[in-house]
Amino acid sequence: MVTGPRKLARIISWPVRRVAILVLLVAAAGCGPAAAPPEPTQRIVSLVPAVTEMLFAIGAGPQVVGVSSYDHFPPEVEALPKVGALLDPDTERILSLRPNLVVVYGSQTEIEARFKKAGIRTFNYRHGVEGAIPATLDSITALGAVTGRDAQAREVVTRIRSGLEAVRTRVSGRDRPRTLLVMGRQPGTLQGIYAAGGAGFLHEMLAVAGGDNVFEDIKRQSVQPSSETLLARAPAVLLELRARAPAGDYPAADLAVWDTLASVPAVRNRRVYSVVGDFVVVAGPRLAEGAEAMARVLHPEAFK
Amino acid sequence: MIEGSTHAAVHDAVAAARPIRTRLALTVSGFGLLAVMTCVLAPLVGSTPIDLGRALDPSLPFATNVDAQILFIARLPRVLAGALVGAALASSGVVFQALLRNPLATPFTLGVSAGASLGAMLVIIFGGTIAVGPWSPVPVASLAGAAVAAAIVYALANGPRRAMSTTVLLLAGVTLNSFFSALILFVQYLADFAEVYRATRWLMGDLDVGGFGPIAGSLPLILASGAIFAVLPSSLNLLGVDADSASARGVDVAAAQRWAFVSASMATSAAVALAGPIGFVGIVVPHLVRLLVGVDHRIVLPASALFGASFLVACDLVARTILAPVEMPVGVVTAIIGGPFFLWLLVREN
Repeated sequence: MVTGPRKLARIISWPVRRVAILVLLVAAAGCGPAAAPPEPTQRIVSLVPAVTEMLFAIGAGPQVVGVSSYDHFPPEVEALPKVGALLDPDTERILSLRPNLVVVYGSQTEIEARFKKAGIRTFNYRHGVEGAIPATLDSITALGAVTGRDAQAREVVTRIRSGLEAVRTRVSGRDRPRTLLVMGRQPGTLQGIYAAGGAGFLHEMLAVAGGDNVFEDIKRQSVQPSSETLLARAPAVLLELRARAPAGDYPAADLAVWDTLASVPAVRNRRVYSVVGDFVVVAGPRLAEGAEAMARVLHPEAFK
Repeated sequence: MIEGSTHAAVHDAVAAARPIRTRLALTVSGFGLLAVMTCVLAPLVGSTPIDLGRALDPSLPFATNVDAQILFIARLPRVLAGALVGAALASSGVVFQALLRNPLATPFTLGVSAGASLGAMLVIIFGGTIAVGPWSPVPVASLAGAAVAAAIVYALANGPRRAMSTTVLLLAGVTLNSFFSALILFVQYLADFAEVYRATRWLMGDLDVGGFGPIAGSLPLILASGAIFAVLPSSLNLLGVDADSASARGVDVAAAQRWAFVSASMATSAAVALAGPIGFVGIVVPHLVRLLVGVDHRIVLPASALFGASFLVACDLVARTILAPVEMPVGVVTAIIGGPFFLWLLVREN
């Protein structure tokens, strides 16, 4: 019984098998999802979640055929093939999707070279550090040019600009509280805190939202402050930004750990908040929504 | 090198039998004074200048007294954590080096820290909510991981009513270390960037424990280990030579090994749960102390504990001030000081 298939394999000689495999491959290729032949830049693989979001925002969503394993927004991406990410892009899988544009991170030079060799265009994306918001808008414009959706890209950029401007107007003239933006910490403790430094899009969003970053002077995207630094910097507002709610009773019980630092004005005046949602931590088309969410926390009276 | 130093240990022990009390008193008071001085001076220095008068002024309400809060909430717990972790790691280093009869052994050789790290990684990356008393989820998981690793190594090396095999101990420990490290890589591979970053940061060690609560969690375990350490040294002196001559001199070898293993593993687990796996303290401090006071464990063990406390508190002082207002991970400081020192030691002995 067990030897059956093997015998069969021996009976069918190798050249015959080779032809059969070839036929199968051709058939499989012919059964691709797109009925119409793809136009230039019509098949995009994005390894960068922020760029995936931009592509969908400018209406290039249908052109996206593969995304990174960290992509969750917009919901359409869940149905697309996942092809790895920053550290583990799966070249073979990406090639099998027959893309004519691959979006890579600035540091992925090796894989970029590989795609160039295969005759595939690449779009090199870098998070802006100084001038991160303008850099995001520029990326959207550039993606518009690459995907043939200039008009929509311009529209999106205008929408984000006016969204940010609206937030800025709402909070203008109000006191700018010294704010600590926390991106993460060890659950249930004040250990391993990551906070926004004086560079990067979170810092810039906070400025739009009418707050002054307590780590304005540290020109880095993230700072790991000790409790001493937090006490010394004395933020008036403490805002935790989380892409997803961490496990456990968050934020109710978990935010209470800040009570240890009783002299921090934010703690004393009960101005410890959290905003949960990936729109506040992705430098993409939802920047204005993120800035507005921050502004609502910092200046609730401006939104009454 | 091993043979030489351990034989010397016995000779020392015999030769120095009478003045041991005097030598012990001298060494302990010397290293004790250093430890006390470090622990008193360290809280006075930091990234922010504080006004000591204001900090200690009881008439000011604590809730609004930033200087007092920096001193009592940020610096004192940190210095205390540094002293405890330094003492625990240095003395476990001494015990493991004697138990394994290997001068290159560290508190992390037998897989305890790798188990602890795996536990911590799992909670940092997948989230967890088990908090037990003063312990938050990460230390709970780290302790659990350490206990699992120690139990596996113990079970493998320990037969009924016979001495532990140091070879099996070492091999099992080293294997478990690589196995857990591979699992850690796998867990990190599954995780998001932000979490991997935080998990990696945990591996660099951090004494900023944010209050006395976490210290209260580790303290009982470290004190219990310390109590066992107090009765171990004479057995360690003989174990260091070899098990046969130790039992010939009336040492219950199996029991001494078990107590040594359990106490050193417990101290290491508690230290790692509190501050992450801070490297080099457990190997640099014992060797430096041996250079200064000889090889008799009755003196080396308490001296290492005290010097370990001073060493780690001083390293943390560097870590929190040198790049102010940002910090350097303390594990990086101990490695930068410890690595070259250890190489120098190797060259010197050869």
